[in-house]
Amino acid sequence: MLEARNATKYFEVRGRGHHEVRALEAANLTLYRGRIAALVGESGSGKTTLARLMALAYPLTDGEILLDGVPADPRGQKDRRRYYARVQLIFQDPFSSLNHLKRVRYIIGRALRIHGHASGRAEVEAKVLELLERVNLTPAKDFIDKFPHQLSGGQRQRVVIARALAVEPAVLLGDEPVSMLDVSIRLDILNLLAKLRDDEGLAILYITHDIASARYFADDINVMYAGQLVESGPAEAVSQQPKHPYTRLLLDCSPDPDRSDSGVVDTFDDELGEPPSLIDPPPGCRFHPRCPFARDECRTRLPEATTFEDGSWTRCWLYGEGGQAG
Amino acid sequence: MNRLRLPDSTKVRVGLMIFGFFVLVALVGPTLVTHVFGLSATELDVEHLREAPSSAHWLGTDKNGRDLLARLVVGTRTSLQIGLFAGLIATGLATLLGIAGAYIGGRTDAFLTAFTNIFLVIPGLPLLIIVGSYVKGRGGWWVTALIIGLTSWAGGARQKRAQALSLRNRDFVTATEMLGESRRRVIVFELVPHLAPLIAASLLFSVVGAIFAEAGLAFIGAGNPSIISWGMLINEAGPNALFNGEWWTFVPPAACIALLGTAAGLINFGIDEISNPRLRMVARKASTRLTAVTGAKR
Repeated sequence: MLEARNATKYFEVRGRGHHEVRALEAANLTLYRGRIAALVGESGSGKTTLARLMALAYPLTDGEILLDGVPADPRGQKDRRRYYARVQLIFQDPFSSLNHLKRVRYIIGRALRIHGHASGRAEVEAKVLELLERVNLTPAKDFIDKFPHQLSGGQRQRVVIARALAVEPAVLLGDEPVSMLDVSIRLDILNLLAKLRDDEGLAILYITHDIASARYFADDINVMYAGQLVESGPAEAVSQQPKHPYTRLLLDCSPDPDRSDSGVVDTFDDELGEPPSLIDPPPGCRFHPRCPFARDECRTRLPEATTFEDGSWTRCWLYGEGGQAG
Repeated sequence: MNRLRLPDSTKVRVGLMIFGFFVLVALVGPTLVTHVFGLSATELDVEHLREAPSSAHWLGTDKNGRDLLARLVVGTRTSLQIGLFAGLIATGLATLLGIAGAYIGGRTDAFLTAFTNIFLVIPGLPLLIIVGSYVKGRGGWWVTALIIGLTSWAGGARQKRAQALSLRNRDFVTATEMLGESRRRVIVFELVPHLAPLIAASLLFSVVGAIFAEAGLAFIGAGNPSIISWGMLINEAGPNALFNGEWWTFVPPAACIALLGTAAGLINFGIDEISNPRLRMVARKASTRLTAVTGAKR
């Protein structure tokens, strides 16, 4: 459906000398119809950059974004509008992604009008009410004339989702859609997204810090570290048999009663280390300064991807030179 | 909805009342004075030169025997017209150039910023005097207003650019762009409403500033002598009015200028509250809390 191929983004840093932040390097990610792909990693690992690249927020340094196999190359307003009719981004912070001077009616109504799904006062109102009901903001009549500041965080995020749905997109990019919300509301929102996947076959990208929620909710998990994808595969495979040491570290950091092996915890010392600088990333595998299994080749060369039988792949020297592994 | 509800603040109400009074005078005053009181702003009367206020001439007469009440009322209309016209030009230019530059960015922004800076470093009053002296007597009040408007927008443009820059990368603007909204609509319907308090406040102050500028221009003799305005009235009072004790020639127009400035200041207190619904809620909550606290103490 939507594919990022070799997507790379460097941000230039202003100031003395020429520096750039290598926010994202050669990321390949494909979203499929009716599937949720999770993108997991710690802060600053490039998750949001990838989502925003897929939403055409900034130009790519290298690589391309393909929608239905066609490279997205927005030249003007019309191209962008056509793209956004298919792909919608849900922002992390529902407190800043709604214009607080506008009523819910206007916010959602504009999305309907821009994409020609409704016109005229009555029709827009009917559709907005329908959308509010779809995201469980009921009774919808009570919400349609509210300003965003009159709503709670969870309600706002529902409005944000309703606005994205108003476009009738095929792909939803969720940039940590629940991280700003109260724990008690998170599950509601996640279930709502899962329902959209099941009922309407949306392709969803779900970005999170929380690998446990990714396992619960996603079909595939992609793990990102310091601007690179390090492991990827079906959710069960990645969460039950993590290959890359970083994935293990992430899993160890989140409690999971189902996990069988518990030996990995001890392989990391108490010091878990910090993510590296992206201006001057470490050579070789970027995880080696923190990795308990680091060897000589980790410090010099970036490993190739190794594919496993359970459908996952990783980039780690522990599994050899790349290629197929058992 | 009660969008046009009068603000609760007394300051704002007083300011609005003063402002409304001047607007009323400007609208109906000249007609009233000529047709009801039978006074003329231009008719010379050599029998009654420099007369103090009396029942025939409530504000006295000037050195040519013209009725000063009539001249003040006509001057109010002219001064307000100039202020409004010049203020609209200055604020319109400032808003357009400031926000467009900030939103579009890149070369457009660099060019607009440079253009704004050039206008900013040209000293305003001397430029006003030079242009004012050049067109002196030609055209009507609107020429003066045009000159003032075209020379006073630069500061406001910088201010609006800075504000728009801080809004430009906010999530809700990006979100609207990602709906496929056009640039024009993003500027007009997303950015401008957020800048409304600023635009309204700067319009108010451009209007008052333009009235001051015209008064200053007229006072130093660079104004248009064929129009009657507050500044012109003070100018015509002459340098010896104070020593001759002819207070009625300069106090009323000067008081009008001062009052209008005060009104603008008072109204500004309320502008923020009107255009920011969140502030309105907070203010109301705060006052409820205050009552609760004081109530508990009693």
